Amino acid sequence: MKTKKIAVLALAVALAMILSFVESQIPAFVAIPGVKVGLANIAVVFVLYKLGWKEAVLISLVRVFMVSVLFGTAVSLFYSVAGAVLSLSGMVLLKKTGLFSTVAVSVTGGVLHNVGQILMACLLLETNVIVYYLPFLILSGVIAGVVIGIVSAIMVKRVQVNY
Amino acid sequence: MSGRAKRKPVFDLLLIGGLLLLALVCYLLFAGGKNEGNVAVVCVNGVETGRYPLDQTGRYELNGGSNILIIENGAAWLEDADCPDKLCVRQGRVHLDGQVITCLPNKLTVTICADNSEVELIS
Repeated sequence: MKTKKIAVLALAVALAMILSFVESQIPAFVAIPGVKVGLANIAVVFVLYKLGWKEAVLISLVRVFMVSVLFGTAVSLFYSVAGAVLSLSGMVLLKKTGLFSTVAVSVTGGVLHNVGQILMACLLLETNVIVYYLPFLILSGVIAGVVIGIVSAIMVKRVQVNY
Repeated sequence: MSGRAKRKPVFDLLLIGGLLLLALVCYLLFAGGKNEGNVAVVCVNGVETGRYPLDQTGRYELNGGSNILIIENGAAWLEDADCPDKLCVRQGRVHLDGQVITCLPNKLTVTICADNSEVELIS
């Protein structure tokens, strides 16, 4: 791995971590567990389009781990990993088809992130009552995904990465 | 952006429309009923720890005091909790069959049920 690439990836991780922190300081809009704007996904989508899927997986997992260690709890790590893994898988597959725009890929990521968290919650709490939240999580994931997708698309278009 | 030739906005619309449809279907499948419930079932870590009838006003310390459950006027809500996000408190009052209050950090759920087994409740 070239030094320059390492620097770019480190920058992306730093950006994702800062965005996660900023988001953690914003009070929740709605009282539904798992609803997130997913600001850090801007960095992930950006890396996915600019550098590639392996790099996106790398910075996403490093981000999740670092943020949980710094600001979260052991339990929040489980939720975040489940959300990140499912979200990334969906986005990578969707992008590979070549049929969808950045916004659609980001929407899928947003929805799957919420769904992954709630699935993990179902496992941890050994209950299925929280599927009750699923429709709200899908809806909020779509809305957040559109916003994040638009911002990411602008970044992908305008920010030059040479390495 | 150097989009591939195959990419069309119609796929985006289909995908997003499909997701919204899925949300609607899930809502119709899982949303709480419109019937009044009569008991609040508290589960911690998926294990039922208590049932509290909605017609008895009370204040209960759940899970060793991590969440405070209030029952009044046929509705249940969490008054206070020691979790960082307090989302469970902000979820407000529930009283319809199937409604749920969830506190993920404390792994606690309060589910409203329309349970008619009065004998079990009294004992």
